[in-house]
Amino acid sequence: MTLGVVMLVHTALDRAAQAIRHWGAGGCPVVVHVDHKVDDARYSAFVAALADVKHIRFSKRFRCEWGTWGIVVASQAASTVMLAEFPDVRHVYLASGACLPLRPIAELRDYLDARPDSDFIESATTADVPWTVGGLDEERFVLRFPFSWKNRRRLFDRYVKIQMAVGFKRKIPAGLEPHMGSQWWCLTRRTLGAILNDPNRPVYDRYFRKVWIPDESYYQTLVRLHSNWIESRSLTLSKFDFQGKPHVFYDDHLELLRRSDCFVARKIWPQADLLYRAFPRTERATSTPNTATIDRIFTHAVIRRTRGRPGLYMQSCYPHMDRENGFTATPYSVLQGFDDIMPDFTAWLSRQASAEVHGHLYASDRAHFAGGEGVFRGGQSDSAKLRDYNGKMFLTDLIWNGRTHYQCFQFGPKDTQDISWMIAKDTNALISVVTGAWAIPLFRSGRAMRHVRKEAARLQQIEYKQLKILRSPYARARIHICSLSEFVAAPVDALQLIVDQIARYRGVAITELPAMADLTGFGEFLQDLKNQGMHPFLTGDFPIVKLPTSPAVKARKPYVAHGK
Amino acid sequence: MGTLFGGAWADQLLAYRLRWKRRRLLFRIWRKRRQMTARTDRTAQIGPDDILLFATVRNEMVRLPHLLDHYRKLGVDHFLFVDNASDDGTAVYLATQPGVSVWTTPHSYKLARFGMDWLGWLQWRHGHGHWCLTVDADELLVYPFSDTRDLRDLTGWLDQQECPAFGAMMLDMYPQGPVQDAAYLPGADPMTTLQWFDHDNYRHQLHPTYRNQWIQGGVRERVFFGDAPQRAPTLNKTPLVRWHWRYVYVSATHQLLPRSLNDVFDFNADGRTTGILLHTKFLPIIGEKSTEEISRRQHFENSDLYAGYHRRLTENPDFWFQGSCRYEGRDQLTALGLMSKGDWV
Repeated sequence: MTLGVVMLVHTALDRAAQAIRHWGAGGCPVVVHVDHKVDDARYSAFVAALADVKHIRFSKRFRCEWGTWGIVVASQAASTVMLAEFPDVRHVYLASGACLPLRPIAELRDYLDARPDSDFIESATTADVPWTVGGLDEERFVLRFPFSWKNRRRLFDRYVKIQMAVGFKRKIPAGLEPHMGSQWWCLTRRTLGAILNDPNRPVYDRYFRKVWIPDESYYQTLVRLHSNWIESRSLTLSKFDFQGKPHVFYDDHLELLRRSDCFVARKIWPQADLLYRAFPRTERATSTPNTATIDRIFTHAVIRRTRGRPGLYMQSCYPHMDRENGFTATPYSVLQGFDDIMPDFTAWLSRQASAEVHGHLYASDRAHFAGGEGVFRGGQSDSAKLRDYNGKMFLTDLIWNGRTHYQCFQFGPKDTQDISWMIAKDTNALISVVTGAWAIPLFRSGRAMRHVRKEAARLQQIEYKQLKILRSPYARARIHICSLSEFVAAPVDALQLIVDQIARYRGVAITELPAMADLTGFGEFLQDLKNQGMHPFLTGDFPIVKLPTSPAVKARKPYVAHGK
Repeated sequence: MGTLFGGAWADQLLAYRLRWKRRRLLFRIWRKRRQMTARTDRTAQIGPDDILLFATVRNEMVRLPHLLDHYRKLGVDHFLFVDNASDDGTAVYLATQPGVSVWTTPHSYKLARFGMDWLGWLQWRHGHGHWCLTVDADELLVYPFSDTRDLRDLTGWLDQQECPAFGAMMLDMYPQGPVQDAAYLPGADPMTTLQWFDHDNYRHQLHPTYRNQWIQGGVRERVFFGDAPQRAPTLNKTPLVRWHWRYVYVSATHQLLPRSLNDVFDFNADGRTTGILLHTKFLPIIGEKSTEEISRRQHFENSDLYAGYHRRLTENPDFWFQGSCRYEGRDQLTALGLMSKGDWV
């Protein structure tokens, strides 16, 4: 009888009774505190049902509300009974009705016997460890909290704010350094007795009565005054979510709990029949607790909670497009003007880089998916009406659906412009623009000059607006802009940049250039536009003399010389 | 500052108007209560913590056996059905089932806000304080862990999280090949026939009034509504709610009042648990049903606009395409990002 259990019971009395029987059968005396909120009839029935358990006591009942002093008073009362009535108890384990021993209780006893002077209690200073709930770390020790966080949240918040604004601070009793940690501890008789019989206890109690969530800090702080050896960890496996609420274990966690080799776990779902049948397991083992797998799974949940899955819109998650990131899943390229200069650019790029290269996704007739398909992965239709009904969402869907491949698409002033702001702000977007390239199809169309002039003015207007967006201080995409004349002078550099970006490092050096449109007479064409009063300022300067149509490709020298 | 002030006022005004809308709807529900007559009333059996299911049905003998089976396995304790003038024995069948209460009504489905007025009354009378699941006969709810954790586990978790409502998106399931050529045995699990779905062509926007996430898209939009996306079916639903007599569904189970109940999503994280309603509309009987619907005109607000849609449904359409996704179970839906575990581990 070296281990005694102090158990706080609030709800699910039948499961608590089951846990008490487990402890009792393992030879542990149990002192039970039942929440005062449980009505007398149920309480008496509960006591009567446990009459056959040998070493059991019931302590005076207090009202226990989450995060209040009542829970500490309850554990103090029950611990006092434990120390007084069971003199050969050396370690006292604080458990709740929703705690379930996973391993044979004898194993826990052996474990403690090997460490007779250790106090197992998670205890960390608030200055060093940021705890999450409510953002109140240090504040919980220096402010007053007369209002319930659960039921009167607004008053609670407002009162905290007022105190902080006024600069109110409570005095922490001399000698105490606030510590926090899991409320489920296992202390030696010596330490627990010292805490309960401390001559300064009235002072400490008066102080902690007004601390927020004292059950996470009372013993955790006082143990620092009295303990010889603190093992700052809890023997009870419990996991907390983003908001600091305990995770619940269900039947399908059976394997996970079994492999954890922890002694006790909480919180067990009352309806988890399988867990209550399977634990505590009967076969003995000597392994020490190992929670790596459980930790990973639960940490994953917290990451999911705080980061989400970037680029995923679903019923549970609606990322703001105005936020800096998170509205597309992976990097992608937007290419503007290239296919005007080089008609088979799309086919060429799919050969050069391992990427899915779409045509004009935002063309006015339909979305030109790679390979000319009518429906893209996930069931995205190529209908222009459907796409334009929510153009931004069309792109986020496409990037999410195609996230296993790098996505590229052509864009231009002839297309629907709904996404200009969105892609400019998206850190995942790599935007390459050759300005004024829209002039080439016009030049080659051979249409009458007055039609061409009007269309050229329209396209230039649209592209100019778009460039203003791309050059605005809000643009966060990686953007590369060059004018048509700059591009024609050095096409390899611009194209190599695109290929490199898709490869995310340095891609294969370009050896083959796509065929360029014949630009003979383009200079005269531009001059003609100017003569009509429409200055194509986005194309850059083109001399009226004949240009070389297809500059010879010079293979670039590699930056790093390969060794032999 | 001026706009901020104005914004707050506008919001107050909207809140006020919606409060009155909610009261109007409650009054309407109360007014229409006598349209129903109880055929089998076993509501006395409802226990204090029971999970209730509400549905309006019409000629659903084909789906009902599996529907009852599916939701009984999930832990629904009591079913409350409104039978809207079935002539295939639906009411008789339901009356023989344990844990089922049935009301019948010959009145117009459309004028009863697509059955929501009738169900609203039943929810008002029997739903208060219970977790209430409101579905159609062709909707099967799945959620993360639904193979191992029943609705009691789910609602217990939601209670702990202080979430009074649970969101689920409708996912249209279809067979491979023309719909009416698919093999299906009446009463069997529809999912053995309808194994395919579109995994991501859903568009989301915020509803300015009700603040729910408005989701449209899916296979019906891809095939039927390419020219009129604004009329494409709404897919977001909030089928599971810890009911209070003050609550009311606005249109089908897409939106609720008070608005706070529509808050089933996050803006930047993936922290809410959500489910999927597998929509088994496209069983081979869809042709007959649509033929009937063309003459009954009970299913949409502007039935004329949807006549083309129903006509095309009678023409044995084929929804399947190369990229269709085959249903493999709840884990697949979570991985595809159609539903989420949220904080539930």
